[in-house]
Amino acid sequence: MEILYLLVPLAMLLVAAIVVVFFWAVRSGQFDDLEGPAHRIIMDDDRSEETKKKDLDKNS
Amino acid sequence: MPLSKSGCFHCGLPVPPDSYYKVLIQGAERAMCCPGCQAVAEAIVDGGMEDYYQYRTEPAEQGRELVPDFLQQSLAYDLDAVQDSFVRHHASEQGDLREADLILEGITCAACIWLNERHIAALAGVKSVAVNYSTRRARIEWNNDQIKLSEILEAISRIGYLAHPYDPSRQQQLLEDERKQQLRRLGLAGVLGMQVMMIAVALYLGDFFGMEAQFEKFFYWISLGLTLPVMLYSAQPFFRAALRDIKHGQAGMDVPVSIGISVAFAGSIWSTFNGHGEVYYDSVVMFVFFLLTGRYFELVARKRSSESADALVHGVPAVAMRVSDKDESLITVAELKVGDTVRVKPGETFPADGIVIEGRSSVDESLLTGESMPVPVKIDGAVVGGSINVESPLLVKLERIGQDTVLSGVLRLLERAQTEKPRITQLADKTAAWFVLAVLVIAVSVATYWWAEGVAVWLPITTAVLVVTCPCALSLATPTAVTAATSRLTAQGLLTTRGHALETLAKASHFIFDKTGTLTEGKLELLSVEILSDASETECMAWAAALEASSEHPVAQALCRAVKQSTTVATGVENTPGAGLMGEISAKKYFIGTPNYISQQVGLTIPEQQLQISRKQGHTVVVLADESQCHALFTLGDRLRADAAELVSQLTLSGKEVVLLSGDHQQAVAKVAAQVGITNWQAECLPEDKLAFVKDLQAKGAIVAMVGDGINDAPVLAAAQVSIAMASGTQLAAASADMLLLSNDLTAISEGRTTAQRMLLIIKQNLVWAIAYNTLALPAAALGYVAPWMAAIGMSASSLFVVANALRLLRKSSS
Repeated sequence: MEILYLLVPLAMLLVAAIVVVFFWAVRSGQFDDLEGPAHRIIMDDDRSEETKKKDLDKNS
Repeated sequence: MPLSKSGCFHCGLPVPPDSYYKVLIQGAERAMCCPGCQAVAEAIVDGGMEDYYQYRTEPAEQGRELVPDFLQQSLAYDLDAVQDSFVRHHASEQGDLREADLILEGITCAACIWLNERHIAALAGVKSVAVNYSTRRARIEWNNDQIKLSEILEAISRIGYLAHPYDPSRQQQLLEDERKQQLRRLGLAGVLGMQVMMIAVALYLGDFFGMEAQFEKFFYWISLGLTLPVMLYSAQPFFRAALRDIKHGQAGMDVPVSIGISVAFAGSIWSTFNGHGEVYYDSVVMFVFFLLTGRYFELVARKRSSESADALVHGVPAVAMRVSDKDESLITVAELKVGDTVRVKPGETFPADGIVIEGRSSVDESLLTGESMPVPVKIDGAVVGGSINVESPLLVKLERIGQDTVLSGVLRLLERAQTEKPRITQLADKTAAWFVLAVLVIAVSVATYWWAEGVAVWLPITTAVLVVTCPCALSLATPTAVTAATSRLTAQGLLTTRGHALETLAKASHFIFDKTGTLTEGKLELLSVEILSDASETECMAWAAALEASSEHPVAQALCRAVKQSTTVATGVENTPGAGLMGEISAKKYFIGTPNYISQQVGLTIPEQQLQISRKQGHTVVVLADESQCHALFTLGDRLRADAAELVSQLTLSGKEVVLLSGDHQQAVAKVAAQVGITNWQAECLPEDKLAFVKDLQAKGAIVAMVGDGINDAPVLAAAQVSIAMASGTQLAAASADMLLLSNDLTAISEGRTTAQRMLLIIKQNLVWAIAYNTLALPAAALGYVAPWMAAIGMSASSLFVVANALRLLRKSSS
């Protein structure tokens, strides 16, 4: 069971990495809007590049 | 997916039978209910965003036709001085880049977000746009050389939404920072807590099946390493609050929490160093994690409430049109000086106190005084900052600005009232004080009892006592119940912006109401028509509406609202502000106005008797006449809210004292009081009088709940132990209240009270449960029978019970 002396510290390193990533995620606003992205993913833009440009011209 | 088969394709409202508004959407002609919806739908289709109609799950809000006022106002947002408060500059080589947050009104479902993002991003000069679905805010970055902010706002209004720049108030910013920090604390406690638990399970199993001492020791040290950051970072808020409580000589929930976790942690460290004894690292981290979760949700609920409140009181930057010899310029109110002349258009607010030097109009002072009728003003008349110009443009010479205005006087009163507000000790804190004392006494006695056996015996047992009594359930009892009750009430349209409000509302003994805008609608309505000639009522109404069509006066608007459709048109209308109007209809002269105006213009007298009756009831009477005879008497009044009487009777039935305090005239107040069934009322109250009345009640031990909407109510709202402001009222009132009533349904207040009482009941149940659990577990721990795993299970189970109990508040009560 001496392998624990290697595995547990490795797990700790992993945990440290998780904490760092989590803190980064909080700071960069990943948790600011928990509902929007779920809806946004469904509404993709089906138009071709050409129509997009046309709409843009019409709009401005 | 079209949402409605029969209604307006855009907003879902019924389409009038003779409507001819149509838009080609998704290959078919769709009926629209009004030109507003048509314009919006066309803009959406033309922008290539037809997909919106396919994706949406809720109908849109009814389209608005652009109001010139709104456009005029949005021009003010282009001023650099105004932008100072909410715009961030990122000057770069690409040009003058600016960034601002906008509040979007009219968002009904996720497709709206998509529509707005697509539409705004397509504007030339907009660099980036991101809409937050939860908060309904948009962050926009644009190049000021290519597009102005007002143009962006206008573009948004073209597709049927209203956008206001949003200046995150300091409090909002603090709450957001606090939320992020809490989330980090919670996340850290969660991640590390899981590791500690994993190791703890290994250790528990080791207790049963045996474990080599070297591994046990190794696991102890690893757990210590994992728990340390939780203690140092995640648990900090508890320690800080406990220190603050001790300094002030009071015991809140944080004191027992801090004692519990520090003793458990210290005891575990002692065992770790000595290599024998029990460790409670798992209990410590789980405890911290549970409590942080409860508090995080409480914070999020509070933040959401205050965001909704913020959206209502979005501070429109105050601007004024200054007139000098040379030109007119739009400047911010802060730049105004005494002696400046400003032009105030109908519908605008006076920026400061002053004297009228040109024009005649009437002024709506209802927000300051509570009086429902506009007051006529002419040259040399005084106007008060904060009141609203109603009829025609005025030139005003400013006499007092800033600190010296009447409005600032009210503000100072407000500040003083806030500092002198009596506090009610929260139930949980009261319980905590007793609990701390009891636990400390028991811990000390247990330690003394086992003292003789040596440190290896008394320390683990005392630690076990403190861990078992760790008031996890006790301190979760309140936040969970408050959070559940808050979200429940928010759904009903009653926002809670301050934490203590609900508990105080449940205990309130006196409910004080304002009249105008609170018990009444706050605007004039046509109450009755009396015909004096042989003309028909429809004819009279049509004439009156035709004459009043161009006027902004509340009387005129009430009359026009009462007449749905009319083809009658008046020409050559002449307005005498504050008195009446005359004009020609089908080549015949007609007059409408106050009885005095009619007698002056036509020399007719109006049956005095009828006037007396109406006036006694506090109503306004308007007379319609032609050159030879009087045609009709219109009685107008401020109509009661439909459910005002119901609310009052509900409150009275539950044994509450209901009081009406108003700044309006005796007669008007007496009538409203009689209609809703309030016997205790006072009229002609200044803000000072209202404040004195409330303080007097409080001195007698009453717990006062105040419901109001005007600026004159703000000091009282602040002074009352709990206050509710109408969302349709003034910003100042909304900002000084603890709760905001969003819906027009007054009975939500009564429901709010019931929910608050149920919340209090659930808090009590939770406290009783937590204490009962502690009393059972304590003797076992004191005798040394409780192993760490039992403590952990007991703690979690009692916490889950408390949370489940609080969640009952979310269910609709059957009673």
